[in-house]
Amino acid sequence: MKLALQNGWVVDPANDIDGRHDIFIDNGRITAMGTPPKDFVADREIDVNGLHVMPGIIDLSARLREPGEEYIATIASETVAAASGGITRMVYPPDTYPVIDTPAMARMIQDRADSIGSTKVHPLGALTVGLDGDKLTDMAMLMDAGCIGVSNASRPIQNTLVMRRAMQYASTYDLTVFLTPKDFWLAGNGCVHEGETSTRLGLPAIPEAAGTVGVARDLALIETSGARAHFDLISCRRSLEMIDEAQQRGLPVTVGTSIHQLHLCEQDIKAFDTRYKVMPPLRTEHDREALVQGVAQGKITVICSDHQPHSVDAKLAPFSEAATGIAGLDSLLALTLRLVKSGKITLGCAISALTTNPAKVIGLDAGHLGIGAPADLCIYDPSHEWVLDEQSMVSRGRNSPFMNSTLTGKVLYTINGGKVVYNSLTNQTKP
Amino acid sequence: MLPPDSQIQFDSEGRLKHFLTINGLPRETLINILDMAESFINFGQREIKKVPLLRGKTLVNLFFEPSTRTRTTFEIAGKRLSADVINLSAARMSTSKGETILDTVRTLEAMHTDLFVVRDSASGAPHLIASHLPSHVKVINAGDGRHAHPTQAMLDMFTIRQVKGQFENLKVAIIGDILHSRVARSQIHALKILNVAEIRIIGPRTLIPTEIESMGVTTTGDMRAGLEDIDVVMMLRIQRERMDGQLIPSEQEYFNRYGLTEEKLSYAKNDAIVLHPGPINRGLEISSSVADGSRSLILNQVTNGIAVRMSIMATLMGGNESKK
Repeated sequence: MKLALQNGWVVDPANDIDGRHDIFIDNGRITAMGTPPKDFVADREIDVNGLHVMPGIIDLSARLREPGEEYIATIASETVAAASGGITRMVYPPDTYPVIDTPAMARMIQDRADSIGSTKVHPLGALTVGLDGDKLTDMAMLMDAGCIGVSNASRPIQNTLVMRRAMQYASTYDLTVFLTPKDFWLAGNGCVHEGETSTRLGLPAIPEAAGTVGVARDLALIETSGARAHFDLISCRRSLEMIDEAQQRGLPVTVGTSIHQLHLCEQDIKAFDTRYKVMPPLRTEHDREALVQGVAQGKITVICSDHQPHSVDAKLAPFSEAATGIAGLDSLLALTLRLVKSGKITLGCAISALTTNPAKVIGLDAGHLGIGAPADLCIYDPSHEWVLDEQSMVSRGRNSPFMNSTLTGKVLYTINGGKVVYNSLTNQTKP
Repeated sequence: MLPPDSQIQFDSEGRLKHFLTINGLPRETLINILDMAESFINFGQREIKKVPLLRGKTLVNLFFEPSTRTRTTFEIAGKRLSADVINLSAARMSTSKGETILDTVRTLEAMHTDLFVVRDSASGAPHLIASHLPSHVKVINAGDGRHAHPTQAMLDMFTIRQVKGQFENLKVAIIGDILHSRVARSQIHALKILNVAEIRIIGPRTLIPTEIESMGVTTTGDMRAGLEDIDVVMMLRIQRERMDGQLIPSEQEYFNRYGLTEEKLSYAKNDAIVLHPGPINRGLEISSSVADGSRSLILNQVTNGIAVRMSIMATLMGGNESKK
């Protein structure tokens, strides 16, 4: 299958490209940009005049709910939703039921995703068996089964010695350890940031120190274990400063955050609005500004959706009992472009944070449009306004605080491995 | 602009339709409730203790958390207003599996309940309920988690006004476990709206929430300094389950520093009054001599609770209370 994308505006920060170019795709890879290769006869031509062509989005954190919670969502429903959001690869944290702590589970998830053929799914292997923080998993075999990193998901390992050994072991195989540090005791049963909102609403709170103590501990362990780590969901300024300082000393650490941490803060919870319940919790406006600035300065290099679909009932509960997380696949690109539109970050910075930088974290030759790269592309209309609502959302999860807001920037085509896996004109069906 | 957790209390014409938090209520509303309670206060001594204000209305006391005095005073208040009162004390699963809190409430609503009085251990539960009921059904918050206990705060205000006659010149101290106290949060809102001169929070740092100053109070860990020149001493109950050695080292240590004794009370003004929402822990947060002494208004609070709750119910059901 030979595909030609004509007249598009190509934004590929990894290769310093920001201009009008035709792109030629053959056998699942990009074979030329600008002028077609000799004797190239396209099987299909798509005129993408007026549209932006960028590498496919690589989302470093998305829950798909399968296996174990198929009544909420499935690999089929969420990979199709991801494709419609321009996402060509996503990383699946291991807190499924059962946990991704065996090669069989890792393979099963990838096979399911491959059979659907929308968005590729890269599982993270569990750091400890059952995520219990106790016994190391068969990390080398998990890696062989396709896990692109290891993680204990949102369940911090309390035992410092286990954590150290898990890092040492992972580093043997150069596996990236995904970390969401949280001090177990300080976080307790808290559900919001400790601050003005928790005091006003009388909600159990998580102090900032729960995050910073966790980051400090993990940085000390990284330093002595030699592990490479990615802090995937940074939420506060102090944590960012600590990791930035460690980076400057040469530690192999990278930092990401979720798109909602860049747009929302604790005050948005208003009157117990459970749509804003996330973990780590939304911090202060001051923290939010520092995170946005961190992205602009290249201290935070990755933006993920932290997609967590839920059933409607799971959010219809008192705040402390409501489910945690936001369904974010549908709005990831448009909300990132909103930061560009507001002048806070450049388009190149935004696209990098969604493509080439996450590819580097997981060690894939992807996220860019160089010759020979996998033909994973997202083609969007930068000026198309649309409303995120029940109609437009493809994910089974409708739990978004951005529900009913107008977003700018709509994906029209998603190409994965040279195949058009989403076309906004025809792909209106939901699995 | 109204605080976000207050907006739901008003209907589109600005009438008070739920009573969930004191935060954001106009001063005039509080005064009207206190004035109407005044007219109900002598009801208890009458031969016939009923008025027909809520005749034909169904009130459900829905208590997902154990309570004796609050539930009883709501029941008596409802009956004196001639409502049909149903009491339901239910255990609740804190998961989305099984019957949810909204399922329970909708089932009762289908039986044509007019007014729910709700207590729950989760902050915000009455807000959740109020936002999912048809607009003619009213909700009174009888205590939600650590968030609010607005009827308790109103009966405290009533009791203070009964003795002091006004609020503007009063200096008030609130003592004890503010962190876990819905009563304290509602008291602070009420006292601010009624323009008291000063509010001081007294307790060890482990029991004082961060940024409590944003509610317009000052804090201290010292009873002598905190009680100096104080007109109203509002004690809070120390929950025995907090006594696990992490928030408070021991009962002895707590009583030593914060237990209200005759001696500590002497730091306050000579005519200072003492309130406590009950039930009291003698020898932990208050000594028996103070609790039973002439300056204690603890039993008056209970009696006043009925009149104040009648007034709040009548206000909601009358539907003629408007915000500014």
